[in-house]
Amino acid sequence: MNLISNYLPLFIPVVYALLMVSVFMGLCSYSVLAERKVCSWIQRRVGPNRTRLPLIGNIPIIGNILTGLGIFQPAADGLKFLFKEEITPGHVKVGYYYLAPIVALTPALTTMVVLPFGRYVDSSGNIQPLALANIDVGFLFILAISSLGVYGIVLAGWASNSKYPFLGAIRSSAQMISYELAMGLAILPVFMWSAAPGSEYGMSLFGVVQSQQGLWLGIWQPLSALIFLVALFAETNRLPFDMAESETDLVGGFHTEYGAFKFGLFFVAEYAHIIMGSGIFVLLFAGGWHFIPGFADPWPDGYLGALLSMLWFMGKVCLMIFFFIWIRWTLPRFRYDQVMALGWKILLPLAIGNLVFNTLVIAIIDTF
Amino acid sequence: MLDILFYIVSAFTLIAALLMVMSPNAVNGAMCMIAAFVGTAALFILLEAYFLAILQVLVYAGAVMVLFLFIIMLLNVEEIEPSNRKSMRSNFLAVLSFIIVSGLMISAFSGEYLPEPELLPVAANPDGSVVSKIPFTTSSKSFGYSLFSKYMLPFQVTGFLLLSGMIGVIVISKKSTEQLEAEALLEKERDAS
Repeated sequence: MNLISNYLPLFIPVVYALLMVSVFMGLCSYSVLAERKVCSWIQRRVGPNRTRLPLIGNIPIIGNILTGLGIFQPAADGLKFLFKEEITPGHVKVGYYYLAPIVALTPALTTMVVLPFGRYVDSSGNIQPLALANIDVGFLFILAISSLGVYGIVLAGWASNSKYPFLGAIRSSAQMISYELAMGLAILPVFMWSAAPGSEYGMSLFGVVQSQQGLWLGIWQPLSALIFLVALFAETNRLPFDMAESETDLVGGFHTEYGAFKFGLFFVAEYAHIIMGSGIFVLLFAGGWHFIPGFADPWPDGYLGALLSMLWFMGKVCLMIFFFIWIRWTLPRFRYDQVMALGWKILLPLAIGNLVFNTLVIAIIDTF
Repeated sequence: MLDILFYIVSAFTLIAALLMVMSPNAVNGAMCMIAAFVGTAALFILLEAYFLAILQVLVYAGAVMVLFLFIIMLLNVEEIEPSNRKSMRSNFLAVLSFIIVSGLMISAFSGEYLPEPELLPVAANPDGSVVSKIPFTTSSKSFGYSLFSKYMLPFQVTGFLLLSGMIGVIVISKKSTEQLEAEALLEKERDAS
C-alpha cells in the first residue's frame, strides 16, 4: 500500500502520456483515411469502401454505411504494414537505416507534451490548461524538438546509400533550414502581442490562447498567419513543398529503400507532423478552444466545460487537417528553385518586415 | 532520484562526447555530437534552466548540427585518413590541455564545498522602479530583462563578435576580381567554341 502511494505521482503522468499517445495515433490513422477519402472525392472516385470487420460490419444498415465510409480501413492498412515481408536491401548502412524511422517519429510524438488541448475551470474559478506539461517556453520547445525531425529524413537518405533517397534528403534538409527562419520570425509578433508587459504567461501556448478571447490572432495578424501557414506546409514536407519525396522525379524520395513497417513509421510520422502543425496553427491563430470571434465562451465550468472546450478544439484541428489535404490535392508541386526563392526572397523579407512593423506599433502604443 | 538522473545523464553526455572525439567516421562523430548536445540540455533541465535547455537543443542540435551533417554528406568525407605527420604535435597538445584541465579541476574542487554564488536579482524592473528589483528566476522573461538591462554590454559585444565572424566568412568565400575576370574570360572562350 505504501509502495503504491509513493509511486502513484510517478505513475499517473505515464498513464496520461500513454492515453494521449493512443488518441494521437488514432487521429493519425484516421487522417490517413481522411486523406484517401478526400483525395477520392476531389478526383471523383469512391475511395476505400470494401474493408469490413466481421462483427460490426454485419449489423444490417449501420455496417454497410461504416464500410462504405471506410471506417475499418485504418486497421487493414496497419496490419498490412505489420505483416509485409521486412526487406533490408544489401547496400544500406544497417545501423542508421534502422535508426532513421525511429528518429523521424519520436520528435513528432514528443512535441505533443506541451500542446494544450482544452481548459478546465476549477471550483475556485481559476482557468487551467489541459496539457501534459504547461511550461513557460512551450512554443520554443515545439520549435526545438520539431527541428530534430529533419534528422530522420537526412539519416534515411544517407543510410539508404543510393542516389534518389540521397537527393531527397539533401533537398529536404536545405528546405527545412530555410523555412525554419521565416517560421520563427513570423511567430515573434504573436508573442510580442500576447506576452505584453504585465502578463504572467510568457511564451507558453496557454497564454497565447487565453489572449485570444473575443478576437483571434489570425484575424488581426493575417500576415503572420499566412507566413506561418506556408512555412508549416514546408516544414511538414507536404505538397506543394514535398521536395523530400517528389515521386515524379525521385521515385519515393528519402524512403525509396524502405518497406513494410519501417515505411509505416515514416508514414505515421508525416501525419503526426500534420496533426501537430494543425494543432499549433489553431492554438496560435484560430483561437484554440475559444468560441467564434466576438462571442464569449459558452462552455460551463467543471468537467462538462472542459470536455466541450476540448471537442471544439478538436473540431478546429480536424478542419485544419482537411485544409492540409485539400491543398495537397489542389496545388501542383513547386520546382526546387521556386521553393528556395519563395523561402529566401519572399517569406523571409516579409517576416522581417512584419516583425519590424509590429515592433514599431507596440513601441508607439507604449509611448503614447 | 535527481542524483541518479544526474549521474546517468552526465555519463551519457561524457561517453557521447568521448565517442565523438574518437570516432574516425565523420557521420558517427556528428551523431555522437548531437547526443552530447541533447545530454547537455538534459543537464540544464535537471538544473531547472528550461529556457537554456531548449535553446541548446534548438540552436546546436537542431540548426548547427543539421548544417554539419549536410556538409559531411555533400562532401562525402566519411572516413578521415589518419595523418602521421601532425599526430605527434596533437598528442602533445592533448596531454597538455588534459593537465591544465585537471589542474583547474583540482584547484576548484579542493575546498570542502563548491562555492555557491548568490543569485542576483535582475537589475531593472519593467515598470521602472529601481527599488523593487524582479528576482532571478529561470523563466524566459527574467533572461530577457537581464539581457537588455544589466548585461546589455556583453550582449552587444557578443553580437558584434558574431557579425565579425559573418563578415569573415563572406571575405573568405568571395572571389577576388582577378578570379572573376578569369572565369568570365573562360566562359567567353567556351561560348565561342
